[in-house]
Amino acid sequence: MGLVTDTGENKDAVLAAHADHRAIAALTQHLPDAIQNAKYDRTELTLTIARESIVAACRTVQAAGYNFLVDVTCVDWYPNQPRFQISYHILSHSLHQRIRFAVFVEEGDPAVDSITGVWPAANFYEREVFDLFGVRFGGHPNLRRLLMPEDYRGNPLRKDFPVEGYR
Amino acid sequence: MGNLLTAPTVVDSSEDRTMILNMGPQHPSTHGVLRLVLEIDGEVVVRVAPDIGFLHTGIEKTCEAKFYQQVVPLTDRIDYISPMHNNLCYCLAVEKLLQLEIPERAQWLRVLLSELTRLNSHLVWLGTHAMDIGALTVFLYCFREREQILRLFDDLAGQRMMTSYFRIGGVALEPPLDFYDRTRAFLKTLPEKIDEYEDLLTGNRIFIDRTKGVGLLSREDAISLGVTGPPLRASGVDWDLRRDMPYSGYEKFQFKVPVSTDCDVWARYVLRVQEMRESVKIATQALDGLPQGPIKADAPKIVLPDREAMKTQMEALIHHFKIVTEGFGVPAGEVYQAIESSRGEMGYYVVSDGTAKPYRVHMRNPTFATLQAIEKMCVGRLIADVVAAVGSIDIVLGEIDR
Repeated sequence: MGLVTDTGENKDAVLAAHADHRAIAALTQHLPDAIQNAKYDRTELTLTIARESIVAACRTVQAAGYNFLVDVTCVDWYPNQPRFQISYHILSHSLHQRIRFAVFVEEGDPAVDSITGVWPAANFYEREVFDLFGVRFGGHPNLRRLLMPEDYRGNPLRKDFPVEGYR
Repeated sequence: MGNLLTAPTVVDSSEDRTMILNMGPQHPSTHGVLRLVLEIDGEVVVRVAPDIGFLHTGIEKTCEAKFYQQVVPLTDRIDYISPMHNNLCYCLAVEKLLQLEIPERAQWLRVLLSELTRLNSHLVWLGTHAMDIGALTVFLYCFREREQILRLFDDLAGQRMMTSYFRIGGVALEPPLDFYDRTRAFLKTLPEKIDEYEDLLTGNRIFIDRTKGVGLLSREDAISLGVTGPPLRASGVDWDLRRDMPYSGYEKFQFKVPVSTDCDVWARYVLRVQEMRESVKIATQALDGLPQGPIKADAPKIVLPDREAMKTQMEALIHHFKIVTEGFGVPAGEVYQAIESSRGEMGYYVVSDGTAKPYRVHMRNPTFATLQAIEKMCVGRLIADVVAAVGSIDIVLGEIDR
């Protein structure tokens, strides 16, 4: 499969070393500007996607055989900027491969387009991220809190939210 | 609705033809605290909206405040029916971050116990699912065998349910001497017991009528809604992570992956029963071929030393003290590790910033995604079929709400 080279976080080196990777080939062909960074670490490929191209990137890899959305979640890099990293884990049943998309959004405007149009499975995952991190998903059909009560204030998984909660 | 020929000629054009019915959170067939808001027209379901979060305990947040090794007991509490799958998935993820090699004996023990956990989970599922539908006897039969598995776990780890037996770098203890013989004896009798359950259900007219053609989920819907595990295979997708993306040495075992194209509750029942038979085979293979050797990785800065070594050797005492008081640093990075749990793909996404505490732990739990498919399964069917459909996805609210 040619996926043994551990190239670390270096866009050009990763893209060159894995040029025959189906997701990379499809993205560089159809959406060359979408990939902002690439990382190949511990046998896992992470592609950083420009915020405005995430839906197009998902459609592209879906057409390239990555048919299954496994997970959407978020990492809060507070106090660093950009603050939020949205991670998408996508699986291909035919290629037996996983890829990860990362999208970085700023604290001032934590919003990204919803991918529920590509994979309806994202519905609950995006609601969970909205609930626990306060990141909004544009175009989501039902963006309400999922786990916390509807009238709750605050986003518990943000790093500036105390573990014991506010007293 | 109703027979068009005899229906009254008055056309009901008002909007409030339907009514809203709350099912749960204290409904016995929701296996915990699931609340389903049903919109019904007569007895036919028009819309289903799951409302979850009643069991939300913030485990992901708690993990960020603990050392890596302290997270293991938390993972048990996510899914109280198959705790060892959570242990295994978390340990594999951290071991991948550490690039730690696990001795073969520990891997085989993990496979053996994972399969016993799968049997345990499927027995609980079979009993409660049949009980939801009205076959009470199966429940008693299943819990008889489940009790034996829990006794094995009790002898092994000192706990019946929250075992925390898998640790980062291996397993906690060498199993007691009679563990293998007792497990072998149990596995030998189990296929006959599965025949007993099948005698009660497989030819049962009522059970067939309640499950065949109910809760239909097409292959396309299953994939687009993120359904995994037995419901995905019952919709005709031949996908099992144990075979297709092996972990923990599963590539060394021979087993079949049952698949069906019936897409209904009945198919999910048939598949899970077949899976139990396959699990018996895998566990027997693990017992037969269990290699000799250490049960923990040779990594003194990560794995706690044996009690004896800790009391007699200066080095071991220092390592023990350091691990317990300061934890161990994990190189920065992010990994996603997935395993085939009894309910489907369970994944742990662990992000490290180089310190001794995980920066972020996210659990991708199978029934969280599968719950989204409940509307597709239930719309246009009767309320009683909702009970069968919810049971067929083997719902565990602990892992949905976390």
